[in-house]
Amino acid sequence: MASKLLLWIDERFPLSKLFKEHLSEYYAPKNFNIWYIFGVLSLVILVNQLLTGLWLTMSYQPSAEEAFASVEYIMRDVHLGWLIRYLHSTGASAFFIVIYLHMFRGILYGSYQKPRELVWLFGMAIYLCLMAEGFMGYLLPWGQMSYWGAQVIISLFGAIPWIGEALQEWIRGDYLISGITLNRFFALHVIALPIALLGLVVLHIIALHEVGSNNPDGIEIKDNKDNKGIPLDGIPFHPYYTVKDLVGVVIFLIVFCAVIFFFPEMGGYFLEHANFEQADNLKTPEHIAPVWYFSPFYAMLRAVPDKLGGIIIMGSALGFLFVLPWLDRSIVRSIRYKGVFSKIAITVFAISFIALAYLGTQAVTESNTLYSRAFTILYFAFFLFMPFYTRYEKTNLPPKRVT
Amino acid sequence: MMRIFIIACLLNILNISTAWPSDDLYPLDKMTPDLLNKASLQRGVKYFMQYCFGCHSMRFQRYQRVAKDLGIPDDLMISHLIFNEDKISDFMFNGMTPAMGKEWFGAAPPDLTLVARVRGTDWLYTYLRTFYYDPVTPWKSNNLVFPNAGMPDIFEPIKGRMIKVCQDPADQNTCSLQPDPKYPGIMLPDMFDQMIYDLVNFMAYSAEPIKLERQRIGVYVILFLCLLLILACLLKREYWKDIH
Repeated sequence: MASKLLLWIDERFPLSKLFKEHLSEYYAPKNFNIWYIFGVLSLVILVNQLLTGLWLTMSYQPSAEEAFASVEYIMRDVHLGWLIRYLHSTGASAFFIVIYLHMFRGILYGSYQKPRELVWLFGMAIYLCLMAEGFMGYLLPWGQMSYWGAQVIISLFGAIPWIGEALQEWIRGDYLISGITLNRFFALHVIALPIALLGLVVLHIIALHEVGSNNPDGIEIKDNKDNKGIPLDGIPFHPYYTVKDLVGVVIFLIVFCAVIFFFPEMGGYFLEHANFEQADNLKTPEHIAPVWYFSPFYAMLRAVPDKLGGIIIMGSALGFLFVLPWLDRSIVRSIRYKGVFSKIAITVFAISFIALAYLGTQAVTESNTLYSRAFTILYFAFFLFMPFYTRYEKTNLPPKRVT
Repeated sequence: MMRIFIIACLLNILNISTAWPSDDLYPLDKMTPDLLNKASLQRGVKYFMQYCFGCHSMRFQRYQRVAKDLGIPDDLMISHLIFNEDKISDFMFNGMTPAMGKEWFGAAPPDLTLVARVRGTDWLYTYLRTFYYDPVTPWKSNNLVFPNAGMPDIFEPIKGRMIKVCQDPADQNTCSLQPDPKYPGIMLPDMFDQMIYDLVNFMAYSAEPIKLERQRIGVYVILFLCLLLILACLLKREYWKDIH
């Protein structure tokens, strides 16, 4: 009966073919390590965000008068509303943690190198989309930090010469952030950006499955195939990686649920304390900190004395990530076989990023500004010198088969 | 190096003690809410209705929810703790809109439903216990934690009048409060501290009424996931035993 149904479908839609191409006959290198879990985890979180978001919209009111109260209504009067809201708010932070680790994996093992440039570029587009999604979503609770964080970020556009003022007004739809801004951010957050995100995720996966996955050794498993054309070091994604990833997903869920049920505010980083106070356009909070996942870029912005200069630095910090495939001139992919300079550079890069993330959440002091400047310079040094140290350093010879 | 990166990430996200607003220079007394202490919470809601509700609402909290969570029978709640014509299913709203509050007091008294999540319980506990007599302000009172607070010292008849004494007048941190023997209160200092503890404990409850339930469910969720993890590990091992 089931096989007849499958046959009926297969004659009309390539169900078995798709299943084979993307799961049961998609050969993934057998040496994936823990770094390879974060792609799957980001899919899990994406589904979590879509489902909890859908349920939140059933009770949320996108108006300046009602938004804050409707969030508390969800937290108190909607059955399990608190759980749906914490799943969504914690999911947002978890999404960025997982995406940052996923991107760092790509940098570690050179997963952006030829022929995977498009995989990387689609991924970067997802990251940008996610930043916009996070930013717009953060306005929706209509708390003090929602309001003033959005105010700071939108005012950045004002520094663009000539068109800045008009551009700000166009984004807000008003002379200051108001219910009009809230409504359009809601529309973008729940319709436009999720559609874009889903489309980009599909492109990211199609591009990946076209070229095949990289691995910690950074060598092509397609170079060694058996007589049936199957890579000797490849194993079918399903069932091997589906069952292996299940372990990773459950471990992730344990951590994720521990946060939701025991530390939903995460000490003011996932849900900022000031955001439990309703937005008030006459009362500026003393210390405006963007939510943590933007803080590395915010630290760079504050490190530059000139506002326009700061915005250019922020933009370049993202821009350099986009062109990473063309900055890396190394003949090997993986950090395992790259030279000592690459190893130092990538360590310095990781430390700088974390340090900037921390500094971005702290109040401005003279020493914090100095540190921010130093780490901004180190962050950029990683990219600017990459064409040189990757090209001229002494690399080790990667093995022929995966280790 | 990867390990260092992961540990650094974890430390960064677990660095959870630093995110309270840093504008309070005065050292705060520690207050740990005890949501299991129903008697304290019941006294807390009583004090809230007696002393705070005249000016402050809890616009997002319903009387009925408080009665249910704190184990107060509905009829007692209605007869002793609802002072206006409100029904028990209504929000704890005193009728003062922000515009009225602004006109009457200069600044609208803030809603207190979520104040414990905005300020933290240490801040509230210290703030409410550090009012003192200050003849130069309009209300003839001031506060160590929040200088020139818009709120008058409503507890003066209870704890007695306090006077600020500073070793170094320029440094607020060297100041302490001493009772003015001419204006004694009706409570001993220990009793007053307990009263404020109960009040702040209630505010901690009202900021997130689901907290105890959330933690209770959380234990089962984590236990279930741990069981699932064992099964997932066994399944993985079974499939992977022929991969070398």
